[in-house]
Formats: sequence, C-alpha cells, structure tokens
Amino acid sequence: MIATAAVIAAAAAGLGLLLNLWRLIRGPGAADRILALDTMTVNAIALVLLLGLAYGTGLYFEAAILFAMVGFLTTVAFCRYLLRGNIIE
Amino acid sequence: MTVVLIALLPIFGAVLPLLAAPSGRSRATAVTFAVTAASLFLLLAQAPAVLGGATVAGGSAWLPDIGLGFTFLIDGLGLFFAGIILTIGLLIVVYAGFYLGRDDDPGRFFCFLLLFQGAMLGVVLSDNILLLAIFWELTSLTSFLLIGFWHHRPEGRQGARMALIVTGSGGLALLAGMLLLGQAAGSYELSEILTRVDQVRASPLFGPILALVLAGAFTKSAQFPVHFWLPHAMAAPTPVSAYLHSATMVKAGLFLMLRLWPLFAGTEAWFLVVSGTGLATMVIAARIALAKDDLKAILAYSTVSHLGLITFLIGLGTRAAVVAAVFHIFNHAAFKAALFMTAGIVDHETGTRDIRRLGGLARLMPVTAVIGTVAAAAMAGVPLLNGFLSKEMMLEAAAGTSYLGNPWIVAAVATLAALYSVAYALRFVHATFFGRSRLMPGGHPHDPPAGMWLPAALLVTLSVAVGVLPQVIAGDLVAATAAAVTGPQGPAPEVHLALWHGVTAALSLSLVAFAGGAARYALSGWVDRFWPRDPIPDAKALFDAALAGLVGAARFVTDRIHTGTLQRALSATVLAILAVGAAAFAGSGHAAGTRPPLPPDPATIAGVLALAGATLAVPLMHRDRLLALMLTAVAGLAVSLLFLRFSAPDLALTQIAVEVVAGLLLLLVLNLLPKTSPAEPSRLRLMRDAALAGLGGIAVAGLAYAVMTRDGSSIAAFHLAESKPLGGGTNVVNVILVDFRGFDTFGEIIVLGIAALVVVALLDTALRGRAARRLDRMRRTPAGGDRHPLLLAMATRVLLPLALATGLFIFLRGHNLPGGGFVAGLVVAIAILMQSMANGYAWTAGRMTLDAHALIGAGVLIAGATGLAALAFGAPFLTSSFGHFHLPLVGDIELASAMGFDLGVFLTVVGVVLLALSRIARIEARAEDRRPNRGAIAEPATEDGGR
Repeated sequence: MIATAAVIAAAAAGLGLLLNLWRLIRGPGAADRILALDTMTVNAIALVLLLGLAYGTGLYFEAAILFAMVGFLTTVAFCRYLLRGNIIE
Repeated sequence: MTVVLIALLPIFGAVLPLLAAPSGRSRATAVTFAVTAASLFLLLAQAPAVLGGATVAGGSAWLPDIGLGFTFLIDGLGLFFAGIILTIGLLIVVYAGFYLGRDDDPGRFFCFLLLFQGAMLGVVLSDNILLLAIFWELTSLTSFLLIGFWHHRPEGRQGARMALIVTGSGGLALLAGMLLLGQAAGSYELSEILTRVDQVRASPLFGPILALVLAGAFTKSAQFPVHFWLPHAMAAPTPVSAYLHSATMVKAGLFLMLRLWPLFAGTEAWFLVVSGTGLATMVIAARIALAKDDLKAILAYSTVSHLGLITFLIGLGTRAAVVAAVFHIFNHAAFKAALFMTAGIVDHETGTRDIRRLGGLARLMPVTAVIGTVAAAAMAGVPLLNGFLSKEMMLEAAAGTSYLGNPWIVAAVATLAALYSVAYALRFVHATFFGRSRLMPGGHPHDPPAGMWLPAALLVTLSVAVGVLPQVIAGDLVAATAAAVTGPQGPAPEVHLALWHGVTAALSLSLVAFAGGAARYALSGWVDRFWPRDPIPDAKALFDAALAGLVGAARFVTDRIHTGTLQRALSATVLAILAVGAAAFAGSGHAAGTRPPLPPDPATIAGVLALAGATLAVPLMHRDRLLALMLTAVAGLAVSLLFLRFSAPDLALTQIAVEVVAGLLLLLVLNLLPKTSPAEPSRLRLMRDAALAGLGGIAVAGLAYAVMTRDGSSIAAFHLAESKPLGGGTNVVNVILVDFRGFDTFGEIIVLGIAALVVVALLDTALRGRAARRLDRMRRTPAGGDRHPLLLAMATRVLLPLALATGLFIFLRGHNLPGGGFVAGLVVAIAILMQSMANGYAWTAGRMTLDAHALIGAGVLIAGATGLAALAFGAPFLTSSFGHFHLPLVGDIELASAMGFDLGVFLTVVGVVLLALSRIARIEARAEDRRPNRGAIAEPATEDGGR
C-alpha cells in the first residue's frame, strides 16, 4: 500500500519538477523564474522524502533537511542580485 | 651525524635572525654569528682527524631507487672549502652588522645569508653528486635573493636575474652531467666514483660528461665568455659581494673541478679547454679591470681574472699545479674579501665608489688606507705577501707549459695578465688613497668603527703572515687539501711553500710584470688615447638582446598554439578525443553489455528529463546570463537527486552544499561582468560547434552505457571489505578520503588553501590602479529594496545554531555514516555566509573572531600533524588508528585518529569558502554607489568592516 502510494506521489512530484522547469524557461519575468526554481527545491525535498520511504531508510531525511536549510539561500541570492546587485553587502 | 649538522645548522638557523630582527640589528647579527660559529666549531672538531688523512662520512638514504642519498663527507678538500666558507662568513657577519643601513631589514638579510651559507656548505660537503647538484641550485637561488636584496633598485633586480639565469642554466647542465656521470660510474657517491676513474674514462659518455660539468663550473666561476654576470652581481650590498662573489660562491665551480680532478685531469680535452679558458679569462678580465672606474667593478673583474688563473692551474693537470691552485684559492679569499670590505668602507664613508671622484683618502682614513694598500699589494703579488707566493707558483707552472705545440705563448699570456694585475692594483690604491684630495658627496670621510675595519684587518694580517711564513701557517692545510684532490692513486703532491726559490724563470717573469705594470699605469693616459677604454662589447646589451629574442620566440610559438579563445581550444580538445575514440571504436568489437538495466520509474524519468532539458536549454538561452545560471542550478539539483536515487548519499550531500556555494560565487562574479554578451558567431561555426558537442556527448553516453552494462572487477570490492577492519569506519567514502587515500586528500586541501590565498592576492591588486578605477566607474545603483531586510535577518539568525549543529552532526558521524569534514565544512561556511547575506559583511565579520586565513593554516597544520603523529608510533605518515573508549553516561564510543585529519579538512574548507567569497564581495562593494544606509537593522555598517 505505502509502496504504491510512494510511487504515485513520486510521479506527481516528478511531473511538478518538469512543469516548474517549463515555467523557468518560459518566464516571462525574472520573478516567475526565481519562484519556479524555489518550487523546484520544494519538489526535490518531497522527492527525497519519498525516496527515503521507498527505500525504507532514515538517512535520506538528512539530505532533505540540508535541502530545506540551505536551498532557500539560492532563492535569496537571486533576489538580492536582482534588487541590489551585490549579494553580500 | 655531525657532518650532516654542519651543513644543516645554518639552514635551520636561518629562521633565528628573522625572529631576532624585531629586537634590533645587533641581536640579529649576534644570532647569525652564533649559528655560524656553532657550525664552524663542529667542523673544527673534525679537523684533526681529516688533516691526519681520514675522511668523515655521515648521512642517510633518501631516494635510494634513483641514487639520491642524503650523504655527506669531509675530506681535506671539503674541510678546506668549508673552513673558508665559515671563517670568512664569521667576518662578513660582523662587517655586515655595521654595514647595513637603517632601511635595510637585518632579519631578511641574515636569513638569506645563512641559507646561502648552508647551501654552500652542502655543495662542498656532499658525498652524493645529485645532492651536490641540488645544493648547487640552492646557492644560485639564495644568491639571487642576496644580489636582489635592494630590490627597489633596478640594477639590483636586473643583476640578480642575470646571475640566476646564467648560473641556473649552468646548474641544469651540471645536473645532466651528474646524471650521466652516475650512469657511467655506476654510482652516485663521490667516494665510489673517484675509485672508478678508468671505468668513467672508458665510457662513451665521457665527452658529454666533461662538457656538461664544465658548463656548470664555468658559469658558476664566471669564466670567459660567461663571465659577464659577475660584475652585474655587484649591485648587491658589499658584504654579499665580499662573501659570495669573491670568497665562496664563485669558487664553487673551482671546487667542482678540483673535486672531479682525478677523473678528468691529464686528458687532452681537459687540458686544452680548461687551461685555455682559464688563461683567456685571466688576461681579458685583467685588461677590463684596468678600464673600469667603479671600485667594485675593478674588484669584480679582478676576481674574474683570478678565477681564470686558478682554472688555468686546475686545467694543467699536474700535481704541482693543484698545490698552486689550492694555495691561491686560500690567498685570494683572504685578500679579495678584505679589498671588497675596503671598497664598502670607502663607499660608506664618501658616498661614492667612482675612482675619478676619489683621492687623497690616506690622510682622512689612515687605517682603511693601510688595509686597502696591503690587500691590493697582495693582489698584485708583492713579495712578503701571500699573493706573491701563489703567483710565483702559477708563473713557474706557466713557464713550463706548451699549448698546442707553442712553448712560450702560455708564459707570455700569463705574464701579460700579471702585468695588468699590477697596473689595476696600483690604480686602485693610488687613485683612492693618494693623489689630490677631492670634495666627496659624503661630507667628511673618516675611519669607520672598529667592527667594520677589524674583519678586513684580520684578513690582511693573515695575508702578511702567510706571505712571511707560508709553510708554517698554510703548509699542512694546503698539503691535506691537495692530497684529497689528487686522490689515493699516485704519490701525494709535494708541498713546499717558501719565500725564496732562487733566481727562477718565475722570478724573472714576475719582475717583468712589475716593471711593465708600473709603466702601464704611469702611461695610461697616453695608452688610452690609442686604445679605446672599452674594447669589449657590452655583455649586458648582448645578454638582454638574447633574452628578448628567446622570450619573443617563446611567445610566437605559444601564440600559435594557444590563441586565447576558449571555443577553439575546446573544439581542438574534443576533436582530438573523438578521433582517438573513433579509432579505438572502429578497431575493436562493440557488442552490448550483458547486465540488465534497472527498471525505469516515473520519478527517475522526470529527474533525468529535467536534467537533460535544463542542460539543453543553457546553450540556447545563454544570452540571458541570469537564466543560464538558474538552469545550471536546476541541473545541479537534478544531479543531487539522481545521486540519492542511485544510493550515493555522500555525494548527494556534497552536491547540495556545493551547488549553493557555487551559485553564490557565480552571482557574485556575474555582478562584476559586463551586462552585454559577445557577438553571435557565424551560423557555420554554430553548426560545427553543435555537431562537435553532440558527438562528444553521444560518445560519452555510449561509453558510460557500455561500462555500466558489464560486470567488471574493480578496487571497490577491496575498499568495501577492508574499510571497517583497516580504517575503523563503515562509511567507505569517508574512509577512502581520510585514510586509504589520505595523502591525496592532504595534497588537495593544501592546493585548496593555496588557491584561496591566490584569490586574495589577485583580488588585492583589483583595489588599486586601473582595475580600481574601472570599478569606480561602474557606480552601480541598487534597483531597490532593503539592504538588510528585517525578516531575513531575524530568520537567518535563528537558523544559525541549527545549521551549525547540522554541520557538527554531519562531521562527527562522517566516519561511519554519510558525512565527513568536507560536507560539514561547506555546511558551516554556508551558515556563516547566510549571516553575511542577511545581516551584512561588516556585521558578520565583526562577530566572527576567527580569521579565515588562520582557519586555512590551522586546517592544513592539523591534518599534517595528525599524519605526523603516526610517525611517533613508528608507522608511516598518515597511518590511522582507532579504538573504543568508554565514557561515563555516554557509553562506548569509537574514536579514530582520522577524525583529527578530517577536522583539518573541515577547517580548511570553511576558511577557503569564506575567504574567497568575502573577498569578491569586498571588490563589489567598491563598485557600488554609496547611498545612505536605508533599512539597516544592525548598527550602521561601515564599508570596510572587520579586517
């Protein structure tokens, strides 16, 4: 049961990843793109967790934590770049 | 062991002057003196045995497989040269202590001097000829530093470079010669080689060996026509000239010829080349010396001339000539060092070394005048002084030698050289100390403090003593040295040094030289009218032209191969690889692998599609740089996911962290790049590049498919099996990094640290000069928004402890489960960068008391110390050990020494990331329009915060 659910959920998250990529490439605005990239990170976290479930290991949760903890920094940096130019002022 | 210490003491002691320099010049002088004296003491302790005919050996194997041994040997010759190096060294140290000016850094000077001294001792005491070649190069390098000590003066820099190029290329020839000699003799130990004379002479390599060794010796000892570097090396401070360029380093070539004398002496080629070169050098340099006006230039050319004299004697190949050569080396070291010191004193007191502006100094500085006059008389070969005796012996040898069947040419040329020698010595003394007194730039010259003239006075006293009682004072030393030169084969050379030999041919030639020299000087005004003052072309101009030609040729070739466009270089590389691959592909079978592929699942397909889509989109959209950067971030994300999918959590963790750091770095750099991209290349070129890239990609994919569908044996099985028993950890990746391949990792973190320091060094110049003006012109105004938004600042401050704890956790469990020092270092660096981004660089730097430079240094040192600790237990470098310990409350824990190594990796990574990124951010701060700080939440940040 849980295995089937995990596969379906992973397929959905994977599809989300591709749709995000489409938005990232099409734009049109820079903010759309940054948001798409950020959402991709969220999807990636979901995929990592689902992989952990499928493999039955807790180790992957750490990768998810790392993604969650540092992934947003890329988003912040892109925003800072657009607004301020220098990302470390 | 003592033998090794004699040479290594000055090298290790070279740090002492640096440490002592802050507490004063006299302190630095004192420690340098102490180090030299200690080395001399060790040498003298061996002297009785060596003078008795024994040899003292010591050292250990180094790289026995290639014949390189760390072996030293003291025999008569080594003792003689080491004694000169250390004795004159002591006097020079005292003299330099008084000579150095207020602006000269004594620490740096004495450090270089001791390094040179150690290298020079290494040359004369090495038993292994490869070790000798290494020390030989070290003398070239250290003399480069000493000649260029006043690096603010262009002539100092140019002279140093010229000396390095000439003596360095000679050293290269010498190394080649030594390798050939080792092959011919079947041993690289001098003590062995010298017993196999016949074997070496019979070898077909004999000719090349002789040529290469002489190339080394002649460049070092400034023989014609490569003598020109020595006068230009006189841009050095006078103590350096006196030490290196009269007493020690230039004698290294003579030493080498004496050391290998038994191998070569007596052969026709040796006699013709060495004697001929020596004779030509002796007379040409003496003639040039007469035409020079600078005191040090006169002495420089005179030194070249005397080196030629000794080379001539060595080339004769007779035992009597060896005695004369050894004796003259001794005498020349004494009087020439004294003369250089005198020239230095005159320069110091009067402010000039130009002989045309000097005169009448005998009344103003009588002590200096006495020293200078006696030393110059010794140089000219006046009786009752040491120079007379060895010059007589030289003329005696010359009178009995015929060159290419001509019985008188050698004697005539030698007498002419002696004549010039008398003339320039007369000129040196007369024009400086006698004659009309002139107004000199230095005001009122007077004798310097005793510390400055005493060393020269001691040397002059020695010259007189040897001149009067030669056999008593120098007889035993010269005999032991000459016996060591000629070796155990044949009778030992007879040494009988005496003042009076009766009316001999040498005496009459000597008288001719004195009369002629005096006449030549008296008539010099008349002669100069008919003979231009500089009959020899300017060697420096020729040298510079030759060098410029070489550089031009190198640039021509480089520019043809390396056009500077990345596209061309990459297409050439890819094309070459494709061609090689295609040839291999066509020449062998290519059946599909037998291993079944894994079944695809929807999520993996999505990940791979995302990776491929993002990658393909980059070249299509690269004009929008920000978009291209986002697409590469997507590719990185997909790669991290695929690592996880294929069970490589270590790689995934690293990839996630690296992606963040790389993204920040690229954004920082992007901000400094021009906002326009270069013109689109032609359609044809685009097609060509696309075809090449496509083919390359397909080839790599096919290769990967072929490898992954086959079962092959690899080293992986060993690592999986032995990780726990040998490395004490269950995380194979980490055990490989810190244990199995720990040496690689050690090298890598060092490279990483160096790279970060290079970033700092390169960017440092960007804040000055043209680059800084370009930054100033950018004047970029931010589009809007807060400098440090409150929400972000607060959120990241809360996140900091969590991020640090995660980093610590990943670090600590790295040995057994995914993680390790590298990932942990990245995570901690990101945590700190996060603060810099949210709260400002200055805010963060003000709170972080750890210096990034120190972190890098500490990391490399800790890793190295962990590796060295293994040596203490008798295990090889970087051997790790582990054990279980019981702690109350915590229970059993396992600790591996590799943890210390991993800590080094961790610290280095943190330091490198912080240093590199913060430096680029600093550069950008300059390009910004400085507007009032809106919306800052911390204290007002200064632009140049922290360090």
